[in-house]
Amino acid sequence: MIYLTRIEHFNAAHKLFNPDWDFQKNEEVFGKCANDNWHGHNYELYVTVKGEPNPDTGFVFDVKKLGEIIRDQVLEKIDHRNLNVDVDFMKGLMCSTENLAIGIWNELKKYLPQEVVLHCIKLYETPKIYVEYFG
Amino acid sequence: MKVSVFRKENFNAAHRLYNPAWSDDVNNDVFGKCALPNYHGHNYELQVKVTGEIDEATGYVMDMKVLSELIQQFIIERFDHKNLNLDTEEFKTLNPTAENIAVVIYNLLRPQIDKKVELQVRLYETPRNFVEYPV
Repeated sequence: MIYLTRIEHFNAAHKLFNPDWDFQKNEEVFGKCANDNWHGHNYELYVTVKGEPNPDTGFVFDVKKLGEIIRDQVLEKIDHRNLNVDVDFMKGLMCSTENLAIGIWNELKKYLPQEVVLHCIKLYETPKIYVEYFG
Repeated sequence: MKVSVFRKENFNAAHRLYNPAWSDDVNNDVFGKCALPNYHGHNYELQVKVTGEIDEATGYVMDMKVLSELIQQFIIERFDHKNLNLDTEEFKTLNPTAENIAVVIYNLLRPQIDKKVELQVRLYETPRNFVEYPV
């Protein structure tokens, strides 16, 4: 079994704000991340697929195609966007790194060929903070 | 004998690049995705360089703890987890490009630091894009 990872990056604005809570409670729980006018990050996205190398190509999956799917189906929707306002697959969800990783997993699953097994979405919000989702 | 000392700090902020004197079309042509209306954001990394003679008594060019506290007080508290366009006085009418942010940071720090030492700021907007001022 080989694990193949493609690294991409995007920049986006967001805030952590639960509309069911008042402003004070949001400030207590989320601190500066609840700032009304948003803040933002340089996100780094690691997409890992797994499988056996195809004997004809030597590839688990054509990594150029993987890059195109990530760019066309995910980055087009989130790069230079406001995650709370602009992104259809985050509507109604808290825009945490955890939920964004799950959202990216679900989007990619729709567009990856059936034989490609998605293994992990690793998403860095800052160089010191990242999440991993294994489905 | 002159020596340079450096201090790195980080802040996360939202912004957009938009010239209100231009139409939306011109803004889109010039700034591309950076002009999108709902903002995007970055993990900014600020590197502050102080150059001067080593003080014989302390062995320091400048006390790094003092430098760190000045950056925290005058830069990080002002810009961290903010929307640069909406939440800061400095960018109410100034486009918050990396270039302009670096000049603003220099101008905020310069009066706080001993005139005997030289000051230069390097600002990373992403790991790949950075600017320096003065040059």
